[in-house]
Amino acid sequence: MELNPLLVTGARLLGGDTASLLVEHGRIAALNPVRIPEGAETVDAHGQWLAPGIIDLGVFATDKPAFHFGGITRAALMPDSGPLDGAGLVERAAKGGKPDLWVHPLAAATKGLDGKELAEIGLMKQAGARAVATGRARIADAGVMRRVLAYAASLGLTVIAHAEDEGLTQGAVATDGEMATRLGLASAPSIAEAMAIARDLCLVEETDAPLHFRQVTTARGLDLVRAAKARGLPVTCGITPAHLFLSDTAIGDFRTFARLSPPLRSEDDRHACLAAVADGTIDVLASGHDPRGPEDKRLPFAEALPGMAGAETLLAMGLQLVRDGHVTPARLFDLLAANPARLLGLPAGRLEAGLDADLILIDDGTPWKVDAKKMAAWAGNTPFDGMPVQGRATMMWKGGQRIR
Amino acid sequence: MTSSTIRPASDYPPGGDAFRHRHLTGIAPLTPWEISYVLDAAEEWVDLNRSGAAKHDDRLAGLTIINAFFENSTRTLLSFEIAGKRLGADVVNMHAGQSSVKKGETLIDTAMTLNAMRADAIVIRHAASGAVQLIADKVDCPVLNAGDGRHEHPTQALLDALTIRRRLGKVEGLTIAICGDVLHSRVARSNILALTLLGNEVRVVAPPTLTPPAMERMHVTTFTDMDEGLKDADVVMMLRLQNERMDGAYLPSAREYHALYGLTPKRLEKAKPDAIVMHPGPMNRGVEIDSSIADDPARSTITEQVEMGVAVRMACLDILTRRKRGVPGWN
Repeated sequence: MELNPLLVTGARLLGGDTASLLVEHGRIAALNPVRIPEGAETVDAHGQWLAPGIIDLGVFATDKPAFHFGGITRAALMPDSGPLDGAGLVERAAKGGKPDLWVHPLAAATKGLDGKELAEIGLMKQAGARAVATGRARIADAGVMRRVLAYAASLGLTVIAHAEDEGLTQGAVATDGEMATRLGLASAPSIAEAMAIARDLCLVEETDAPLHFRQVTTARGLDLVRAAKARGLPVTCGITPAHLFLSDTAIGDFRTFARLSPPLRSEDDRHACLAAVADGTIDVLASGHDPRGPEDKRLPFAEALPGMAGAETLLAMGLQLVRDGHVTPARLFDLLAANPARLLGLPAGRLEAGLDADLILIDDGTPWKVDAKKMAAWAGNTPFDGMPVQGRATMMWKGGQRIR
Repeated sequence: MTSSTIRPASDYPPGGDAFRHRHLTGIAPLTPWEISYVLDAAEEWVDLNRSGAAKHDDRLAGLTIINAFFENSTRTLLSFEIAGKRLGADVVNMHAGQSSVKKGETLIDTAMTLNAMRADAIVIRHAASGAVQLIADKVDCPVLNAGDGRHEHPTQALLDALTIRRRLGKVEGLTIAICGDVLHSRVARSNILALTLLGNEVRVVAPPTLTPPAMERMHVTTFTDMDEGLKDADVVMMLRLQNERMDGAYLPSAREYHALYGLTPKRLEKAKPDAIVMHPGPMNRGVEIDSSIADDPARSTITEQVEMGVAVRMACLDILTRRKRGVPGWN
């Protein structure tokens, strides 16, 4: 089916200058076009923001209503459910979003994600995998991790790693500190993260393979990544809004919606994360979307499973970073779209001619309240329950086709 | 023994302000005067319990109390059962082993079931921190925490405070050393909260592998040297060391633990001459405490703690059911 050309007018590009944008054949054709093709459908944005659709790097479920609510046009699916360790599984997962959502499966680094034997990364790449991931845990064996890095690099794929030392975090459900002690919860020192990062950085230095830490949440971990980047190592890292806006005080009263992996950190670490978003150490802001029903969350804290439903709040929390002065709007969309696109090798993520027309219109001022009971996601486990926020996606296009 | 700091419960004005809580989930939500109020109320039950033949008061007659114990316990369960029965309540015990918990029913479902049976109070012990709070949020009747994971064991802290107050005449301005496996101990957490709140200097004496993080934030000082930690203490509170901690993961062996942290008569000399020795039971004789100390009535308060336990639990059950019973001023 041939799409009509689309012209969006009166939009503030990435919250900046007002401009119009022309879409033809599913791609961005031009900014401020001189020639308007016949039959073009025109949408007047009335000063709303126009941005690339959010590319959510590292989600645990294909939860379309939540992604559509949140302005997410592409989701990179973690390999944990399945696990995605074979070409057939990857191919099927990639089709899970059709026709109105791009799903980019991440290939399991090892068979069964058990951290021992290399999975068929090459065949999974042919089936559509755009990066490799270690899953919810890191690969404990440094020898295996080294082989994964080198092998994935030879295929041009980045490895997405979890950064926690399993020896230190075994059995822990919180970060060492007053909160964990008062609640009587098993906890681990926050250096568990820096130790895992330090090991993997040594392996990157050795193999020169690109590595992305999905979440870096501590001051010491971020210092290591910052220094590695300064040395020119091919390292990037991400974070979710939870670790930018919440510290471990949020687990008070045993709130299982705030049970996350890695666990929430101290207030000092939270401030270090904000600084790292501002100075460019952190490359990616993702939702970590992991919807969990009451059977997984309405349990004693340590028995509840970690994870949060984050897709719906990702954009609003990102806009909060802008309002708080931590990032510019342009930098926010680097974190939400351009950087994830580069990491996954996608022709999207920026408002540039020739790229896929995955677009969102954003009313940056609309106030709304996060309500765990009224989520589009299939479970409402948000640590931001009850928080008043501002801004939401009002329209969405995938490849030039209106999907919302 | 009584002292000038002890006031009878009748001195407090009637009304919700004396103890403003629907549940007893822990010591953390309590104020110092609420703790004193419970201790004063318990004093009266001590007298009743010692009165010989008819140790009965029927103020809870017709009420149903369910003791829901999801974790094994002998003495706490027995203590709550006796406390309920002395007050005339119908007491039912539910052990996890006999219930549908083992068949996969969730804790919330079990709580809703107990609630539907119209219990007037539920006493809960559970192996997971926060489990009692979770149930308290879901049921309509008062919930008493009989120990949840490593979190809290409030009636133990209250009975310990009462024991100290009766033995030493006060429970303020004292130096109290809590010794042993503090990391895994709900007794230690509740006692730290209660005893610091009442104005005592609390020390934690434990091997580094069994000391929780951020202890300074709990307003206690930590010691790894037992002799140093016991110096001039008024109260030495020993904790039970679970057998599974001694297999090399946290401690090399029971033998080594006894050598470094066991309470021996020689070690006890470091404390004040009239210092008392407490233990929540059950004891590992010869590991954390020597028999000669445990059995010395001049030093050891171990049996007295058990006695105070019944009185404190009677006081808690009485106070928390007053609203339900329509006691004037409690609404």
